[in-house]
Amino acid sequence: MIILLSRSPTQSPQLYDPYKMTLLIEANHIFHRFEDHEVLHDISFRIHAGEIVTIIGPNGAGKSTLLKILLGLIEPTAGQVGQKPRLRIGFMPQKIQVDPTFPLTVRRFLSLALDPSYKNVKKWAGLFGFSANHTTALDQVVDELNIRHLLHQPIQKVSGGEMQRILLARALLRNPDLLVLDEPAQGVDVHGQAELYHFINELRKRFNLGILMVSHDLHIVMKSTDQVLCLNQHLCCSGTPQSVSQTPEFAAIFGDSAKELALYEHHHDNHECELAHGHIHIKE
Amino acid sequence: MYGIPDFLLFALLGGLGIALIAAPLGVFMVWQRQSYFGATLAHSALLGVSFGLFLQMDLTLSVILVSLLIALGIHQMQQRTQLSSDTLLGILAHSSLALGLALLSLQNAVQIDIMGYLFGDILSVTGSDLILIAIVGLLTLLFYLKHWQDLLNITLNPELAQIEGIRVKSVQLNYVLLLALMIALSMKIVGVLLVTSLLIIPAATARRLAHSPEGMLGFSLLLGGLSVISGLAASMAWDIPTGPAIVLMATAIFLILLMKKAPN
Repeated sequence: MIILLSRSPTQSPQLYDPYKMTLLIEANHIFHRFEDHEVLHDISFRIHAGEIVTIIGPNGAGKSTLLKILLGLIEPTAGQVGQKPRLRIGFMPQKIQVDPTFPLTVRRFLSLALDPSYKNVKKWAGLFGFSANHTTALDQVVDELNIRHLLHQPIQKVSGGEMQRILLARALLRNPDLLVLDEPAQGVDVHGQAELYHFINELRKRFNLGILMVSHDLHIVMKSTDQVLCLNQHLCCSGTPQSVSQTPEFAAIFGDSAKELALYEHHHDNHECELAHGHIHIKE
Repeated sequence: MYGIPDFLLFALLGGLGIALIAAPLGVFMVWQRQSYFGATLAHSALLGVSFGLFLQMDLTLSVILVSLLIALGIHQMQQRTQLSSDTLLGILAHSSLALGLALLSLQNAVQIDIMGYLFGDILSVTGSDLILIAIVGLLTLLFYLKHWQDLLNITLNPELAQIEGIRVKSVQLNYVLLLALMIALSMKIVGVLLVTSLLIIPAATARRLAHSPEGMLGFSLLLGGLSVISGLAASMAWDIPTGPAIVLMATAIFLILLMKKAPN
């Protein structure tokens, strides 16, 4: 197994141990309002290392506001976000718009995520190239995500699915403890989603990463999710994917079409068939 | 210098200095689609001239002060309301230009050449102007050495940059302040109405040649310098005002390179 990310010796990778998990981030009674309109009401939850948490909710449920609060982009009206000291977050945005006048290859786009002050001596290397350490990390991530052939392409020319993998690679290059993915499956075909979820699960196992995913897709939730949080301004239900789908609150808020969650689990052979006997993805 | 009169040497040095400062500011303006922001700042610089005359203070200083104030104001407004809207900037640009012109006309006692402020008067560049340009040039250099990668990341996506630990607001504020300084100083070179072209045209032309952000900056420096030198020469040869001559040269180079196939 290839080691994907180099960690400093003091931060030796812990074994995957669900019973002794480090708390990475915690939301404590978060309230948020925009003028007179309350968008988040009393949200509390925790994410530990090695845990996958999925937030689902319809459009307008406050998902992106909650995400921004967790990421420290906006201050909640009330409540706190607690983070493990020196928590490193890798964020994969939904999409990124790069102006056509910005001449940037995929390789350069990725290398911009690398810390320029990594080695003081190598400060200039961040500008015009990369240090040896950086190159190794970049090369490994690139191979894992199968994007080597894209490295010399302009970032504006890659397809949606390719962009997704590039953004994930960039998030991983930050060497994160917590990986935050905003609608990671959007605009990706079934096969691509399968690969993505498989890869995310691998990451969790190998590096004990905490993973937070946000999705407006109510029907397909990754089976290996430990905790599903259904958000509709407030947390209407939470729990394992199986238990959540059976609560009356879930049906009340997400409607009859969501009576059951289609749980997606990756198998190496025949994953498209596997998905077919779950529920077919229905767009809202 | 033999043969070259002082005023011409000062003009050349001043013009080249401004072109060098404009290049790094200009590429980011183009990448972030902020050219209208630059134009607004430039238009409001004339207000600085009016205030300077009104308060009988040094004009360069008053233009710098007013530009900095307006830059801070726009920066704050954008933070508050997420307003980067063309309309708001347009209102601000033209109302401040109008106010500047109105205030100028009220000061009948003073004999002033509005044309000089609107279109520049590069031949009036003095030694102290050159020193100011050198200082701002040095500040720009230091800022870019420290924050080049931060600026590239902010250009890609400000939110992502902030999550990755870049102090986005402070870097943006510094950029805006440098921009205000540059605009204040370049008023003498090309004038209020043409300043933005010095920021944008060389950068846009450089895009045709560059394959990397650093390459685009490099070409932009080169093309800006070339426009200043050839503009001065054209201005001498055909007896046309220097500001417009420089901008026309920059545009001519842009048009020539437009025929070249754009790189990716």
